[in-house]
Amino acid sequence: MRHFFTILNQEIRMLLVSPSTYIAAVLFLAIMGFVFTGILESYSAAPQETSPAAVFFQYFWLPVFFMVPLLTMKCLAEERRLGTLETLLTTPVTTTEVVLGKFGAAYFLYLLLWASTGGFFSVLQHFAGDARFVERGPLIGGYVFIAVSGLLFVALGVFASSLSRNQAVAGIGAFTLLFGLISGLSFVEGMAVLDLEVMRPVKEAVSYAQVFQHLEDFSRGIVDTRQLLFYLSGTILALIFSILGVEAKLLHG
Amino acid sequence: MTVSPPDESAPAIEVSHLVKAYNGIPAVNDISFTVGRGEILGFLGPNGAGKSTTMRILTGYLPATSGAVRVFGLPVASRGEEVKRLIGYMPENNPLPEDMRVSEYLYYRGRLKEVPRSRLSVRLDEVLALCDLTRVRHRIIGQLSKGNRQRVGIAEAILAEPPLIIMDEPTIGLDPHQILIVRDLIARLRGRMTVIISSHILPEIEMTCDRVLIINRGQVVAQGSPAALRREFLGRSAYELEVAGDLESLPTLLAHIEPSLRLDPPVALEPGPSATFHRLRVVTDREDDLGEVILRGMVTAPGLRVRGLRRAEPSLEDVFLAATQRSWDVVDGATRPDVR
Repeated sequence: MRHFFTILNQEIRMLLVSPSTYIAAVLFLAIMGFVFTGILESYSAAPQETSPAAVFFQYFWLPVFFMVPLLTMKCLAEERRLGTLETLLTTPVTTTEVVLGKFGAAYFLYLLLWASTGGFFSVLQHFAGDARFVERGPLIGGYVFIAVSGLLFVALGVFASSLSRNQAVAGIGAFTLLFGLISGLSFVEGMAVLDLEVMRPVKEAVSYAQVFQHLEDFSRGIVDTRQLLFYLSGTILALIFSILGVEAKLLHG
Repeated sequence: MTVSPPDESAPAIEVSHLVKAYNGIPAVNDISFTVGRGEILGFLGPNGAGKSTTMRILTGYLPATSGAVRVFGLPVASRGEEVKRLIGYMPENNPLPEDMRVSEYLYYRGRLKEVPRSRLSVRLDEVLALCDLTRVRHRIIGQLSKGNRQRVGIAEAILAEPPLIIMDEPTIGLDPHQILIVRDLIARLRGRMTVIISSHILPEIEMTCDRVLIINRGQVVAQGSPAALRREFLGRSAYELEVAGDLESLPTLLAHIEPSLRLDPPVALEPGPSATFHRLRVVTDREDDLGEVILRGMVTAPGLRVRGLRRAEPSLEDVFLAATQRSWDVVDGATRPDVR
C-alpha cells in the first residue's frame, strides 16, 4: 500500500488543475444555491414542519447525477486511452493501489464540494439569527448520509470508468448506474408485481436498498448499521469489479 | 541507487518457448532467446510480428499463454513485483500525461519506482542533464516537441537506474538530428545497463546494437551479431564492377582469375567491343578480400576497360528482407498443399 498515497496525492493534484473539476464545481454550487434559495423562499411564504436542512438534502440526487460522472469518468478511461495505464502498471504498483488511489481522490473532491455547501447554512445562521433554522440534528445527519452514500456513488463512477477507454461512455455509464440505483429502485418498489406473495423476498431486498429511505433515517438521526453495511459492501464490491475490469482488459486486449 | 539483481550469474533475460495467443490467434509462437548482461539487443521484425507483445510480456504487463520468462533469474509470472523493480520500460508510442510538467512527471514516476526521496532530486537533475531536458524541465509535456517527448520517455525509463531497459521503438518519428541524440544516449548506457530496443530504422540498430534478433509471424527467424547475420543470410561476398569492352569473354576471364567468381545474376552479354560501361555484380564464396586480385586480372586482359571496382557491403536491410522472406517462404510452402 506504499504507493497508495503517492497516487492519491498525484490524482488530487491532477483533479485540482483539471478544468472538468471546476465545471463540476460551478454547476454544483449554482444548482445547490438555487435549490437552497427556493427552499428559503417557501419558508418565508408559509410556515413549514421540517427544518430547511432536511429539505435541502432531499435534493442530493440532483448533483449526484451529473457531478459524480464528471469527477470519475476521466480517472481510468483516460489513462487507458492515452496508454499511460501501461507505464503505470509496469512500475512496482498494483492494480489495487491504482484503483484505490483514483477512487480516493475522486471521493475527496466529492466531499470537498459538499463541504462547501456548509457555507449556505453559515450564511443563513448569520443573517437569520434564529437557531431553529439551522437545526443541528438534520444537518449532521444529512452530511453523514452524503459522506457514506458518496462512497458507493463514487465507486460506481470509478467502475464505469474502468470499463471503457472513452470518457463519454464512462460518464454515461456512471449516470446510468446511479440513476438505476437511486431512481430505478424506488420505481421498482412501487411495482404491483412485487405485492405477490412469491415476490416477498425480492420486495424486502428492494425496500432495503431505498436510498431516499436511508436519507430520511439519517436526517432523523437514526444510523442503522444495516444501511452502513449496504453502502460499505456496495463500495467494496464496485471497487473489486473495477480492479477486475482493469485487469480483464489487460488479459483480453 | 542501482537496484542490484538478486542472482549474480543468471543472464539478464531468458525466454523459453514463449507463446502468447489473443483469442486463440497466436501473436507470439514459441520464441526462445537469451540476453546476456550488459548486452544491447536490437529487436527487429515487420509490423505485427510480435515485438511489442514480447516486450510487454517481459515487463510483466501482459501474462503469457505458455512458456517461461526469467529476468535476472526471477520468473516474471510468479515474482512480477520484483521483476518490475529491475526494468525501465518505454512502451510503443511513448504515452505521457498531457497536463503535467516535465520535472513534476519525472518526480512522480521516481516516487512510484521507489527511488528514495533524498536521492530523487539529485537523480532528477542527473537524468535531465543526460537527456538534454534541463531547458524544458518546467514546460508542460503536452506542449513539447516530439523529440523532447521521446527524451522524456527515455529519461523516465532510466530514472531509477534499473539494470534492464526495454524500449519499444524509441526513435520512431524523430528527425535525423534527434535520432543521433537518442543513439548517443543509448551508447552512453552501454556497459552499465542491459538494453533491448525495437526499431524499424535498421542502420540505427546496426550502429547501436551488439546483437540482433529478427522475428516474423511470432517466431525467431534469425539472431546474432549484424556481421554474422550477413554471412548467414547473404552467404558470399559481392563486388560491383564497372566495365566496358568485349564483355563476352568476361565469365571465362573471371573463372581464370579465381574459380569461385561468377556473375550474379548471370546476364547475356552482347559480343564484340562496346563503348558503354556496364555495371555488373560479381559474387564469390570466399570470405577474404579479392579486390586487388580481380583488378589486376582485369587490367591485364586485352579488350576490357575497367572504370571501377568496389566491394558491396550488404546492409542489415538486405539481411532483414532475406530473413523475413525466407520465413514467409517456409510458411507459405507449408500451407500451399492445404489451399489446394
